[in-house]
Amino acid sequence: MTFKALLAASATAALMLAHSASAAQLTIGFSQIGSESGWRAAETSVSKQEAAKRSVNFKIADAQQKQENQIKAIRSFIAQGVDAIFLAPVVASGWDAVLKEAKEAKIPVVLLDRDIDPSGKDLYLTAVTSDSVHEGEVAGDWLAKTVGDKACNIVELQGTVGASVATNRKKGFDTAVAKHPNLKVVRSQTGDFTRAKGKEVMESFIKAENGGKSICAVYAHNDDMMVGAIQAMKEAGLKPGKDILTVSIDAVPDIFKAIAAGEANATVELTPNMAGPALDAVIAYKEKGTTPPKWIQTESKLYTAADDPQKVYDSKKGLGY
Amino acid sequence: MTLRLPRRGLAQALALIVILMVDRVVSPQFFNLHLQDGRLFGSVIDVLNRGTPVALLSLGMVLVIATGGIDLSVGAVMAIAGATAASLADAHSLPVVLLAALGVGLLCGLWNGILVAVLRIQPIVATLILMVAGRGIAQLITEGRIVTFTSPDLVWLGNGAVLGLPTPVAIAIGMLLLTAAVVRGSALGLLIEATGGNARASELSGVGTRTMILAVYVWCGICAALAGVIAAADIMGADANNAGLWLELDAILAVVIGGTSLFGGRFSLVLAVAGALIIQAMNTGILLSGYPPELNLLVKAVVVLAVLLVQSPRLSDLSGIMARWRSKKP
Repeated sequence: MTFKALLAASATAALMLAHSASAAQLTIGFSQIGSESGWRAAETSVSKQEAAKRSVNFKIADAQQKQENQIKAIRSFIAQGVDAIFLAPVVASGWDAVLKEAKEAKIPVVLLDRDIDPSGKDLYLTAVTSDSVHEGEVAGDWLAKTVGDKACNIVELQGTVGASVATNRKKGFDTAVAKHPNLKVVRSQTGDFTRAKGKEVMESFIKAENGGKSICAVYAHNDDMMVGAIQAMKEAGLKPGKDILTVSIDAVPDIFKAIAAGEANATVELTPNMAGPALDAVIAYKEKGTTPPKWIQTESKLYTAADDPQKVYDSKKGLGY
Repeated sequence: MTLRLPRRGLAQALALIVILMVDRVVSPQFFNLHLQDGRLFGSVIDVLNRGTPVALLSLGMVLVIATGGIDLSVGAVMAIAGATAASLADAHSLPVVLLAALGVGLLCGLWNGILVAVLRIQPIVATLILMVAGRGIAQLITEGRIVTFTSPDLVWLGNGAVLGLPTPVAIAIGMLLLTAAVVRGSALGLLIEATGGNARASELSGVGTRTMILAVYVWCGICAALAGVIAAADIMGADANNAGLWLELDAILAVVIGGTSLFGGRFSLVLAVAGALIIQAMNTGILLSGYPPELNLLVKAVVVLAVLLVQSPRLSDLSGIMARWRSKKP
């Protein structure tokens, strides 16, 4: 074990020497989960762009949703003696051993998008994640501001029951809305994060709420469900975005098309740019030795019709969503 | 035989009526109907419209199950067909899109059929292959994205109306009539039942059991493809990750609720579709009720258990024994 560590350390030292000779171009390895969703694909392509912007040599390993592939990738990054490792962990536990190896090799690890179990806190440099409770709050605050003092009945399309993102986005929204007694969530059902279920659930909400006349706003835990809900409202002869306000989370391209068409009002971005802040943190750490905070929270930016939705749509379209 | 039929459907009819009544209680406007853009609009229509994919799946599934088989791949076939239709929709006319999507379904069915009928692989294993691989194929077609389209012809398949009925409902009725005409209007249904009842005996008495099995899987694939096209047309996009996900289980459940035995040997098309409607009437009721979503699956499980218990022959024997025992008591 000690011999192995020594070997790894000396290999790293040799590589670092080689590196310092050839200017300060950093090499960073990124163990990505896979491409299970459009957002994930966008995160991968944005990461490449951000690395290119900072002229960092960026290596991506696609783990195809398997932790053992991620561990293999991290080991190979350590063997290659990269300057830092980015990890988007597929699960929260089981990282201690491999992260200890990275620590012994003095390679800083940055977590992207997801956190790991508390036991591993001293094993990574920092985690760049969004705060899904905060996303829900941003959505709730926008609605409260837009509605003003008017009484407003809200229907909610929840994500998959039990998913932490769904629980947190609900919690944040409920907190924001609780401050305004005129806002009330009258119905809440799961749409499983999908367009088809979002549409089906919205159809029944409309029927249960007096043909949709008593609904003032829809809050969906993701944009896909909202896209489905918008279709349901249109088919019921309602005007989404006017008769019924909409606010959802994620900021996928298709919701900007709806905002541009006046059929949706607002979306809160889950930025695919997790690598940008992570790269900045690593560069500052390497060059100036500044230790970043343990958690870097990404911005949950709110987009409405005032943010040139068509332009945002065009810029996001090519990212792989 | 014809005299026994009404009694066979009694449990399903009762279950459907009871569930619709419960829906009426949780949502007083349940039976309200009005025309919206030339299309009937109301919760009952939602039950029919949302029940269409599972009803179509069950039309194919019931024949497969009647031969003693099972098809786990229908959900994945839906995803493949939807992906095919969505990627062709904006560049080609509706007949081309439909032919391509249904053709893909036919090929999937043929694959399953060959594995089961020719290579004699157990149906549950044979169709498991496509269930797993099929979703991957669909994701390859869509490149992991949700492929959207605007082709009004294809959108009409999901959101249009025929004589006030949503197009999917009209298609499902058409398919039910077509399937019934083909299998019950000829000896085909009997041959399928014979294959499921005793394949060897049927083979010896001259039934082409291999052809029968091949044919039912192909038909099941085509039905699944049609369901997939409708599901894609409904949301104007193909979502390879989620289209038809777990619907194979709902389809099997619909067939079982419809009183068809998983051992094969007999089947009822109408009751399988009734099973699909029972499931959807329950789903719609849950959505209208306003109960927290954590209870959805629990409510569903209890209702399904109740419907199946009502059909259980042992239970009716038991109640007969209980009645006799009670009448004996002074």
